[in-house]
Amino acid sequence: MFIIKGKGLIIEATMAKEQDNIINEVTSGDYKYGFFSDIDTEKIQKGLNEDVVRLISSKKNEPQWLLEFRLKAYRHWLTMKMPAWAHLKIPEIKYQDIIYYAAPKQRAVLNSIDDIDPELKRTFDKLGIPLEEQKHLSGVAVDAVMDSVSVKTTFKETLAEMGIIFCSFSEAVQEYPDLVKRYMGSVVPYTDNFFATLNSAVFSDGSFCYIPKGVRCPMELSTYFRINSANTGQFERTLLVADEESYVSYLEGCTAPQRDENQLHAAIVEIIAEKNAEVKYSTVQNWYPGDKEGKGGIFNFVTKRGMCKGNNSKISWTQIETGSAITWKYPSCILRGDNSTGEFYSVAVTNNHQQADTGTKMIHIGKNTKSTIVSKGISAGMGQNSYRGLVKVLKNATGARNYSQCDSLLLGDKCGAHTFPYLEVDNSSAIIEHEATTSKIGEDQIFYCNQRGISTEDAIGLIVNGYAKEVINKLPMEFAVEAQKLLQISLEGSVG
Amino acid sequence: MLSIKNIKAEIDGKEILKGISLEIKEGEVHAIMGPNGSGKSTLAAVLAGRDYARITEGTITFNGGNLLDMSPEERSKEGIFLGFQYPIEIPGVSMVNFMKTAVNEHRKHKGLEPLSASDFLKMMREKKELVEIDSKLANRSVNEGFSGGEKKKNEIFQMAMLEPKLAILDETDSGLDIDALRIVANGVNKLKRPDNSSLIITHYQRLLDYIVPDIVHVLYDGRIVKTAGKELAFELEEKGYDWIKKEVEKNEPSWK
Repeated sequence: MFIIKGKGLIIEATMAKEQDNIINEVTSGDYKYGFFSDIDTEKIQKGLNEDVVRLISSKKNEPQWLLEFRLKAYRHWLTMKMPAWAHLKIPEIKYQDIIYYAAPKQRAVLNSIDDIDPELKRTFDKLGIPLEEQKHLSGVAVDAVMDSVSVKTTFKETLAEMGIIFCSFSEAVQEYPDLVKRYMGSVVPYTDNFFATLNSAVFSDGSFCYIPKGVRCPMELSTYFRINSANTGQFERTLLVADEESYVSYLEGCTAPQRDENQLHAAIVEIIAEKNAEVKYSTVQNWYPGDKEGKGGIFNFVTKRGMCKGNNSKISWTQIETGSAITWKYPSCILRGDNSTGEFYSVAVTNNHQQADTGTKMIHIGKNTKSTIVSKGISAGMGQNSYRGLVKVLKNATGARNYSQCDSLLLGDKCGAHTFPYLEVDNSSAIIEHEATTSKIGEDQIFYCNQRGISTEDAIGLIVNGYAKEVINKLPMEFAVEAQKLLQISLEGSVG
Repeated sequence: MLSIKNIKAEIDGKEILKGISLEIKEGEVHAIMGPNGSGKSTLAAVLAGRDYARITEGTITFNGGNLLDMSPEERSKEGIFLGFQYPIEIPGVSMVNFMKTAVNEHRKHKGLEPLSASDFLKMMREKKELVEIDSKLANRSVNEGFSGGEKKKNEIFQMAMLEPKLAILDETDSGLDIDALRIVANGVNKLKRPDNSSLIITHYQRLLDYIVPDIVHVLYDGRIVKTAGKELAFELEEKGYDWIKKEVEKNEPSWK
């Protein structure tokens, strides 16, 4: 008992030291990943029509069924309107001005790391994502996606020995068409919503992952998304299937160059968890947020949904959202299997002119299904932060339980925090709890830290990280440190 | 060590300190007593650098440096510690993390390397024993859910960790039962060294049964109206503050 306690202390103290280092490292609040790499890129004409959809499909040498899927989606998209219900001010998006396909040029077949364009390698090195396996963080396999295509997947062979498939989406279409056909669109149908339908028509690449029956994936799987080219949209798709009795922890990270115009990112993530399977999906989202006046930045309109298909399955979403000019995102769980569990842990930061409307949907279908929602919003500057969450209990979902906690932290008096919880319960045995708080960092708290020798910036870092700890602790260790650093940077200069 | 010369300060335009002068030398324990509203806590705030108190006149030097030019965190790192009358709660920030950040900031200021995790935890353990605080407190968030007594003990614990040159204890005795009072006072006494000093701000004499001051000042209406040895505390306890008020008003009737 005592030893365990002591160990906990050391970990925490180590984290504190890391935090110190991080704080020392950070001297300015500028976006660190705003550089552009001059890479020879193949792009198609801007604009969208059926020919563009066909062109993308043919460039990827896709089977007929996939082309048809895309075309159905495109035709459906033409009948749709952009959703206007979110608490967001979205400038008009000119869909005909976007380039829907951009790919770094490289040799057709990559036999080794040496075949990759050195500039491309340098880009990912600069982002802290080395593509050479030996240099990489031990225990993390990475799929690196630049603009529209996957550049390199590490540790593929090691994983293959256990029967785990981890590759780019395009490769999966070629190599494992049956798996892709079976699961793609089964959680997020092509008719789902405006952005998901657009993605279904024009998606270019992304990651595919399949964990076979009874396998515990021994390392973190990670996809790193990078937008590089100007005027392009990024539309990737991730499909993650955990077969019976399997486990996987998956992480995605995102950055983009600093530009004056907005860029659209409309992705889809689909997760399927079969019987007794567990999937942990973590996101550290740091797309370019725009400058201090609100110019530029990524529009992050993403559909993420997981299906707890089998009994006793579990899907857990953790997200640290610090980037993007506008975020519209609701990672959700459909709890179909009996005794299945859905979790959503979120920290969303909006500083300067950033806007976020984010939350989750927990759909209880199976019996004795459980869901937990912990949402921590942090607003600073002129940022607007909304939590929007739906807890739905269907008629047959006897014994459903939900616990929701929505906290908002305000820094300064020009920002806003909003909460939109929706509850639809059709089974009287359900137990639903909802707690919400709003707090401010007090001058008293900062002075107390100052009086102990801690500067105001560091004090804010301590307090914000303390506030977000419950969520950050859900991340794998290396990424928890990264997330702490990001929170600190994102809020730099937010308290005068 | 500390030299306060004719300090005047106001809060929201109202003059609270009306010209205070005070000298504290190394190794000395000073007590400041006075009725409510006399300016005791404002004096503590001025020394710690709280910005709501605006200084309109006077100088303060601390170990040869101009204290008023320093930010609150610089003052802390130079060796000024304020034990808060109402310690602040910081939810989610563990005492370990908080103290480690503070201690390492102090070390950096002295040109020392940060402490390793194990050295730091050892230091925490030693100091906890020294000030007799429950070791569970250190695993919790800063002051969150602490009782009044625990908060005050926690202040003394932080003081032990930071080893200040000048400790200012602002009404540390208020809200303490007799056992907690004894623990707090013992902590202060154990931390006393020939080269550090304390300024004990209190309304009551009872804390001074445990911490024996070298010099007692009486603050009344923003001025120090009487300074004497420790016996002054007993006299005040016996006669109450009305005695001082009358004496002051007799000498300077223009005050009222």
